[in-house]
Amino acid sequence: MAKRRLVLTFPPEVVERPVVSLMIKEFDVVTNILRAEVHEGEIGRMMVELEGEGRKLKDGVRYLEEQGVEVEEAIKDIVLDELSCISCGACTAVCLPGALKVEAPDWELVLDKDRCILCGLCVDACPLQLITVMF
Amino acid sequence: MAKTYEEINQRIRKGEAVVLTAEEMTELVKSEGVKSAAGKVDVVTTGTFGPMCSSGAFLNFGHSDPPIRMSKAWLNDVPVCADIAAVDVFVGATAVSEGEGARYGGAHVIQDLIDGKWIKLRATGPGTDCYPLKEIETWVNKDTINQAFLFNPRNAYQNYACATNSSQSALYTYMGVLLPAYGNATYCSAGQLSPLLNDPLYRTIGVGTRVFLGGAAGFVAWPGTQHKPSVERTEQGVPRGPAGTLALIGDLKEMDSRFIRAARFHRYGVSLYVGVGIPIPVLDEEMAAFTGVSDYDIETQVFDYSKPTRAREPVRSVSYAELRSGRITIGEKKVHTAPISSYKVARLIAETLKGWISEGRFQVSAPVGRLPLEGGLNVLDQREEGV
Repeated sequence: MAKRRLVLTFPPEVVERPVVSLMIKEFDVVTNILRAEVHEGEIGRMMVELEGEGRKLKDGVRYLEEQGVEVEEAIKDIVLDELSCISCGACTAVCLPGALKVEAPDWELVLDKDRCILCGLCVDACPLQLITVMF
Repeated sequence: MAKTYEEINQRIRKGEAVVLTAEEMTELVKSEGVKSAAGKVDVVTTGTFGPMCSSGAFLNFGHSDPPIRMSKAWLNDVPVCADIAAVDVFVGATAVSEGEGARYGGAHVIQDLIDGKWIKLRATGPGTDCYPLKEIETWVNKDTINQAFLFNPRNAYQNYACATNSSQSALYTYMGVLLPAYGNATYCSAGQLSPLLNDPLYRTIGVGTRVFLGGAAGFVAWPGTQHKPSVERTEQGVPRGPAGTLALIGDLKEMDSRFIRAARFHRYGVSLYVGVGIPIPVLDEEMAAFTGVSDYDIETQVFDYSKPTRAREPVRSVSYAELRSGRITIGEKKVHTAPISSYKVARLIAETLKGWISEGRFQVSAPVGRLPLEGGLNVLDQREEGV
């Protein structure tokens, strides 16, 4: 099974068509939607993690492109202003995958980007507004 | 053998004092016992750095020409209390900007002043024979104004509740974001490093005690608001929940924004992270035992914040050692725990204060007034009339 994390951009005319559902059905690709900003009549963006058998996954992604969806590899871009961070730990309260941690012995906030699913919950949880999540 | 404040200060002045942070003292007491630690150590330094909403600053702007008796005033569009004489104001930390709302508030004004930034002052007054000016708009910073001191009515809470949420939706609170269905639990105390937990019966910390406040030297001005000493305590005297508090005063102009920071809790509002450190003289074995307290000995109660009522019962009690492990159990469920106050900065404050004392720059002081050891809190009833 292969896995890819992608950012999908839907032009307004594509937003109205259920292209992701069709891709899931047609190519048997397990799809986890990590983030989505999709509104009718506007450009939509979605971050997804796709998992499927190598060939089917490849075909599924090609299908999305054929349908007018712009496909890019997701670049993880959670940004923490480390210089201003006070390591209070408030963001770790909402970080279920454990990407943000404050622990003994240093009690310093550590961000492990590999564990981050870019859910964005920490953005509101940071009392100093030092975290930005963009995709 | 017992020591006096003066004996300890003599040793500080000579650069001979033995100063440990509260964490180091905990280790020493554990390894060598109370008696040995009492003989070796002169001062234990504590620290805490958490959101303390009950904070603010008095400022005096100096007089304009012609003069104004301000009755309403704004700093960077944040309303401040100008109902004190002509050009005195009080900036409340939780006030919010009239234009920007909670994105910028009194705490931000305080931090910007500390950082030396220019602040826009707007004020109006009635215009009187002696103060004819009715309106002023100008810019000030900490060097253009006269006195500027923090006067925080309630800081350095002696212990605090742990917050969780049993409901089906997230709660946005001053204890951070509480995820639904006991999704997490947050706590807000430096525990074994926290000032009042190292002097649980207020033997050395009282009115007049010299403290570290926001990076500068300050003083305990008074028992803090909501000071509630009459609570359940352990055999060592450590309160099992929120108890004593301190009203603190200190010179804003000398502060450092590493130790005092504006904050905004999402869908709650503005607050101020305040750094407080208090030196505790190890006068005798009792003080050595007090300052040897560890996170295993300090307990607090977990409360369900989805029940916003005074009458809520605690879900369970828990030690800070358990909270710091990152996980507690509530019923059958393993619940992820997270701090809201910074242990890293609390430790830095205790270390900084240790440095000041070791270099002879900061001495300990006996309280000139004791904090009450007894007393509970009144509540605010909603009455129909004042009879």
